[in-house]
Amino acid sequence: MPPPVRVTARGADAAHAIAAGLAAAALVILGIYFGSRHLRDFDVALVPYAGASVFAAFGLGYRYAMWLRRPPTGLYWRRSWQLFFAPRHLPANIVRLARLAFDNFLAQKFIGRRAVKRWLAHWCIFWGCVLAAAVTFPLSFGWIHFETAPASLARYQAFVFGVHVFSFRLDSVLAPLVFNVLDVAALLVLTGIFFALWRRGLDRGALAVQQFANDLLPLALLFAVSVTGLFLTASTHLLRGYDFVFLSQLHAVTVIFTLLYLPFGKFFHIFQRPAQLGIAFYKEAGAASGQATCRRCGAPFASALHVGDLKRVESALGIRYATAAGDYQDVCPRCRRLSVALAQDALWRTHGRGPGKGTR
Amino acid sequence: MIEERAFFIDYARCIGCQSCVQACAECDTHRGRSLIHLETIDRHDSVQTAPQVCMHCENPVCAQVCPADAIKQTPDGVVQSSLKPRCIGCSNCVLACPFGVPRYFGEIDQMMKCDMCYDRTSTGKRPMCATVCPSQALAFITLDEFRRTRGGTAINEWRFGDHPVRTKVYLVVPPETPPLLQIQGLGSARPSGAFDRNDVAAWLEQG
Repeated sequence: MPPPVRVTARGADAAHAIAAGLAAAALVILGIYFGSRHLRDFDVALVPYAGASVFAAFGLGYRYAMWLRRPPTGLYWRRSWQLFFAPRHLPANIVRLARLAFDNFLAQKFIGRRAVKRWLAHWCIFWGCVLAAAVTFPLSFGWIHFETAPASLARYQAFVFGVHVFSFRLDSVLAPLVFNVLDVAALLVLTGIFFALWRRGLDRGALAVQQFANDLLPLALLFAVSVTGLFLTASTHLLRGYDFVFLSQLHAVTVIFTLLYLPFGKFFHIFQRPAQLGIAFYKEAGAASGQATCRRCGAPFASALHVGDLKRVESALGIRYATAAGDYQDVCPRCRRLSVALAQDALWRTHGRGPGKGTR
Repeated sequence: MIEERAFFIDYARCIGCQSCVQACAECDTHRGRSLIHLETIDRHDSVQTAPQVCMHCENPVCAQVCPADAIKQTPDGVVQSSLKPRCIGCSNCVLACPFGVPRYFGEIDQMMKCDMCYDRTSTGKRPMCATVCPSQALAFITLDEFRRTRGGTAINEWRFGDHPVRTKVYLVVPPETPPLLQIQGLGSARPSGAFDRNDVAAWLEQG
């Protein structure tokens, strides 16, 4: 049963998206409230970060809902889940999903095949951000916190959702790693930014199409967050806390600005990109089913599933390929190119210029 | 004042030399990948060939059907290749483009298409294909130059099925041709599949 293609008015789309945004923000607020044990573990000093996260959740919910309201997006999103949860294939699909997630997100192999420098840049930025997010969001939501052990000032205890998870001595090998994990993340991100700017500064193709708001501002934001974060470590360990209050406020400003930018700029692809995995299932299902054949040359050119879905998307978008004479969507891309050339050929033939050949 | 240059395509002038195919791969925005199509219309009966660049529609169908919203136009109306961070490789654009232009590259999981050599045209140079085309089947010239050097007229309005399309690239047609060209994709091609093993043209056709 094909999923429905929704066509809605712009106002209804916005209302739906606002509701989705509010729901996402409410989820984060509830997560903070219950995850921090009724705010008992919530660090008030981190309120600006938590507040910006709530706003970012609203923005992401809004943008994601608006994105899904587009007829092609909505159709393929629902279709992908439908195929993934098909009871007969679900166990195999879960294994396949794990492999796809490893290849595409953890190793990012497809980016490596585009260019090595691009892959290095993206891989470093990705893992730096993942590491930083894994620490800072739970910290600022009050989901994890650290305490000195009651029995010994030389021991530190880590709690997750109020549950004691592990402890370590301050002079252990683990201690500097835990305390400096964000510095490691910052260095990873800065390494990635270095490769990104190297590529963007020298690649003539990138220079021609890159835009400041889309391609350079995200790098500038990540750079600002990373460098101001490292300033804090430098102030603590090298400058005996020099201007720490100002530097921490400066860092907070850069982080908050980045969080506010998250739903509206290039960073939105973080949330959009998993659709790539759904399309992999869609393609496999299409290849295993019937193929659509070109009505002009008779050759198979795509899955019947894909062509059928595309026709419904086109209909929803007001693309009127279908006529009483037939549907132009049933013509393969090659025959489309030939048809256009032959249409011109026919015009010149009737004009009497040359004896064109071929079939239209 | 320098008149703005436009892209004109005249299939009837194509001699099938493949210069455009080679030059296209030199474009910096898609180095090493040739994105232009050069079609042999019917190798058995004719030497007729036709190059196909992106026609850069005003309201591109490829962008409309893209679920990832990955296909964008520059302010001067050039439809770009899919944005690398967004393209999810679904091939909707490949199947929906009325001119059959976009290509999907499985190894990088991305659609790429002719972007009118944006690295060149955005700085006033001609696209690679139009620069090397010896017969000027692909020409990047001003309207005034076109009128002085060509016998036909240029149109950029099309109808595919019942769907109207207006393009940035012009097609050269005979004088006094109505300004709108209807394409139905009707007619029949030589069936693919079984062919005479001694038929060299068929071997070439099969690639």
